[in-house]
Amino acid sequence: METKAFQKIYTKVTQITKATCSLNAQGVGYDELAMIHGKLAQVVKIIGDIVTLQVFGGTEGIPTNAEVTFLGKAPSLKVSDDLAGRFFNAYGDPIDGGPAIEGEEIEIGGPSVNPVRRKQPSELIATGIAGIDLNNTLVSGQKIPFFADPDQPYNQVMAMVALRAKTDKIILGGMGLTNDDYLFYKNVFDNAGALDRIISFVNTTENPPVERLLVPDMALTAAEYFAVKKNQTVLVLLTDMTLYADALSIVSNRMDQIPSKDSMPGSLYSDLAKIYEKAVQFPAGGSITIIAVTTLSGGDITHAIPDNTGYITEGQLFLRKDTDIGKVIVDPFRSLSRLKQLVIGKKTREDHPQVMNSSIRLFADAANAKTKLENGFDLTDYDERSLKFAKDYSAKLLAIDVNVEIDEMLNTGWELFNKHFKPEEVGIKQELVDKFWPKN
Amino acid sequence: MSTKGKVKGIVANLVTVEVDGPVSQSEICYIKTGQTDLMAEVIKIYGNNAFVQVFESTRGMLINDEVRFDGHLLEVSLGPGILSKNYDGLQNDLDKMEGVFLKRGQYTYALDKDKVWDFKPLAKVGDKVQAGSWLGEVDENFMPHKIMVPFSFKGFFEIKSIAKEGQFKIDDTIAVLIDRNKKEVKVTMVQKWPVKVPITAFKEKPRPFKLLETGVRTIDTLNPIVEGGTGFIPGPFGCGKTVLQHAISKQAEADIVIVAACGERANEVVEIFTEFPELEDVRTGRKLMERTTIIANTSNMPVASREASVYTAMTIGEYYRSMGLRVLMLADSTSRWAQALREMSNRLEELPGQDAFPMDLSAIIANFYARAGFVNLYNGESGSITFIGTVSPAGGNLKEPVTESTKKVARCFYALAQQRADSKRYPAVDPIDSYSKYLEYPEFLDYIEKKISDNWIDMVNQTKTILQRGKEIYEQINILGDDGVPVDYHISFWKSEVIDFIILQQDAFDKVDQSTPIERQQYMLESVLEICESDFEFESFSEVDNYFKRIINVYKQMNYSEFKSEKFNKFEKELKSIIKERIVEESILATETN
Ligand SMILES: Nc1ncnc2c1ncn2[C@@H]1O[C@H](COP(=O)(O)OP(=O)(O)OP(=O)(O)O)[C@@H](O)[C@H]1O
Ligand SMILES: [Mg+2]
Repeated sequence: METKAFQKIYTKVTQITKATCSLNAQGVGYDELAMIHGKLAQVVKIIGDIVTLQVFGGTEGIPTNAEVTFLGKAPSLKVSDDLAGRFFNAYGDPIDGGPAIEGEEIEIGGPSVNPVRRKQPSELIATGIAGIDLNNTLVSGQKIPFFADPDQPYNQVMAMVALRAKTDKIILGGMGLTNDDYLFYKNVFDNAGALDRIISFVNTTENPPVERLLVPDMALTAAEYFAVKKNQTVLVLLTDMTLYADALSIVSNRMDQIPSKDSMPGSLYSDLAKIYEKAVQFPAGGSITIIAVTTLSGGDITHAIPDNTGYITEGQLFLRKDTDIGKVIVDPFRSLSRLKQLVIGKKTREDHPQVMNSSIRLFADAANAKTKLENGFDLTDYDERSLKFAKDYSAKLLAIDVNVEIDEMLNTGWELFNKHFKPEEVGIKQELVDKFWPKN
Repeated sequence: MSTKGKVKGIVANLVTVEVDGPVSQSEICYIKTGQTDLMAEVIKIYGNNAFVQVFESTRGMLINDEVRFDGHLLEVSLGPGILSKNYDGLQNDLDKMEGVFLKRGQYTYALDKDKVWDFKPLAKVGDKVQAGSWLGEVDENFMPHKIMVPFSFKGFFEIKSIAKEGQFKIDDTIAVLIDRNKKEVKVTMVQKWPVKVPITAFKEKPRPFKLLETGVRTIDTLNPIVEGGTGFIPGPFGCGKTVLQHAISKQAEADIVIVAACGERANEVVEIFTEFPELEDVRTGRKLMERTTIIANTSNMPVASREASVYTAMTIGEYYRSMGLRVLMLADSTSRWAQALREMSNRLEELPGQDAFPMDLSAIIANFYARAGFVNLYNGESGSITFIGTVSPAGGNLKEPVTESTKKVARCFYALAQQRADSKRYPAVDPIDSYSKYLEYPEFLDYIEKKISDNWIDMVNQTKTILQRGKEIYEQINILGDDGVPVDYHISFWKSEVIDFIILQQDAFDKVDQSTPIERQQYMLESVLEICESDFEFESFSEVDNYFKRIINVYKQMNYSEFKSEKFNKFEKELKSIIKERIVEESILATETN
């Protein structure tokens, strides 16, 4: 990090906690960066002459006579086309051995888009995965997380989605990524020959956790550059936002804030919203789409992190292992894409909404039948058929290894209806039944 | 001379200011940071220190930055030109702002100073007037916008002169009034009002009783809301609060709609921006946007103005109510507003109440809901603000402070159930837990029986009983198994399913189904109840399922068809023939002779 030409050096730290240090200093701006004992820090509180710094690298080893200098600016990133293909740490410094980026220096965590300057999202993002395209269609400018238990292959699915989505740039924001997962992403992007449109900001488990707090803003500042200045479509991948929120709670608890639910800061909703709301469709064609991962503990979505996330994002994608077919599926019950109605039946075939709804309803009937079975009750003929349908539906459409065009997904849907049900059991508008019900 | 101050402490957007003179609680001040003045509001005073919440990011603010106090509270400008505007929480006109991104410290005027309005006087020289009296009117998007004596005027005045019919700008004087002491005061077409103070320029606030049609069946039929009523929609994320509110805003029989997007998604506001200018109000043939004002303080916009946004919206609502109009105000989500209060209260290190919310949360919510209502104006006209807020309970658990505080004051409760949403039974309003207290108001019952039919309320109660019974049977079947209960039970259960699928469920995205006028609701309820009252004959429960699924399927086709169109009639005929297959004939006779 560069420093100002003439700067005052302070050497008297008055208080040190796990994540913060305080000292006496004047003329310091709120949010300003500082270097303390060679570590980057940011001003989080000023009371009179007492300035409190949040130290990104943790306060271990910082002595009371540590040298402190203020940098006169908020955290920032230099942006230019040269960002493409590069790997950075949480501070935006290269970690791929390449040269530093030349370009305009932009403060990260910048202002929000004026809502009246946004355009309504309307471009479908096809992934080939029917659990997404058919039931939870993604739209550019959307923000949506995967809700997944830590043992589920969310990074694999996300990498797959990223590569299949036809976007100009993919920006990876890795927070608390294991080194193995980091290398996994690197390899997958490399093998796909996509490296030149990938930019990564990575904080691994080997780096201090508080540094993670910078990652989403770094990634989104780069995204805004390409989406606003270059009118490009940008996909931002944020993994794992649960670890981001954990870092927030570390800092706020050190600052003696009153924790609210699950020892998360009371501002968690606003903090997460500031990140996710960077997803946008600009009228000039550029867009930022955010796909994130929020890992759950024991599948509990009422925990403050997934709960607040769900209230912010435009839906969520649940991964679940379907033991009947032995594969991971996109769970149709709890998954939701709230922007899907902007494209389904409009950008896709007219029967899309109804095929989607009916098949999910029939899948729910199967779930009920299964409960009956487990409770030792007899099944009706309809129950039996819905169970068979569910198995087919799961294997042919919900499994994450499906990779087909949307029309084909719809055709498969009709075939399954026809195989297991009568039209009146499916409950679709008559005109559509007349048109699409397979004739045999 | 106005009070000045200096910044002494900064924690996020809570700033401590040392002042050199008097300041008042909630007074507005501006902090000069770099080249920009940042607006802030006093939230606590302690000795020479005023604690202010800044409506912007405090990045770069320095100790000793200068502060100028403005001598007034947070206020809005009220005058013609508010309709179809898009404001932020502080009533800045978002369309007037430059650039793609919001700029810190950029404040834009809410009205148009240069726009010319056709003014028509309604009062004459010598008339005795008071705050809220109508002096004249202008045509605002085909809505008669009354120019009133400013609400801040105390006591009675006499009109000394009033402008003749003609064209005026908002700052032009349209009347001169004389007060008791013969002092002259000029009145223009614009006035200011502090948002946290209710406008009370009306004679009385009787209990509301007129049905406000929303076109949403589960509301109008089962748990109706009234003009000037209050309601709230709590529900876990993704259960349909926003979709339901948008449906109400598009269809409800209101003159003016005010939508406060309070700490929710920007894309949802964009949806309104995009759709409302295109959508037609079926009753007036005009575009929806013309009668709508949007207060957009989305989740990424400053937290402090999020809190202000609901008050800004309510004050604008009260302004239009004083013109004798029916205002519908929606806020999504009131929980975000409560969270904004919580963030500040925590920074102030106040003693926290439950879930770290401020202790007086209940009182704040109660005071806010109390501003809605039906009023009789001094001139014999009436106006109303119907308010419906959403609540986003943490973890979907309704035992939390915002839901509980709201439940005490809002008269309609539309609880969204996760289970219904999961099985795509939209709108996911739980028919058993939800209620409308207006069903207990005798004046409402009188009104509704005259408006719809004598036996309407009996039908509604019967519907609820069938649904309740259906739920009980469903639970029994789950415990005892399909053949562990008599076939009759299955029939009763499926009758409740017919009500659920045909009356309760409604496709918000289908052109026809999305809005059902009350006549059609009556027609459908009568039709469905006729089936529910009839006896059917079945050998086994599996026949029951299949049979009622066919009935539901045909009914759904009816719901998707224009009322009494050829298609509709065709499906109705089909329905009748399906019913004939199984119905026990005496039961038809019985219902017919009734
Ligand atoms: N009446 C309806 N008809 C069809 N689909 C609906 C209906 N209501 C809700 N949905 C579906 O549910 C989704 C979520 O609804 P909505 O955005 O209103 O939820 P919400 O309760 O406001 O959630 P949040 O608290 O996160 O804002 C919609 O995008 C839509 O797919
Ligand atoms: Mg919502």
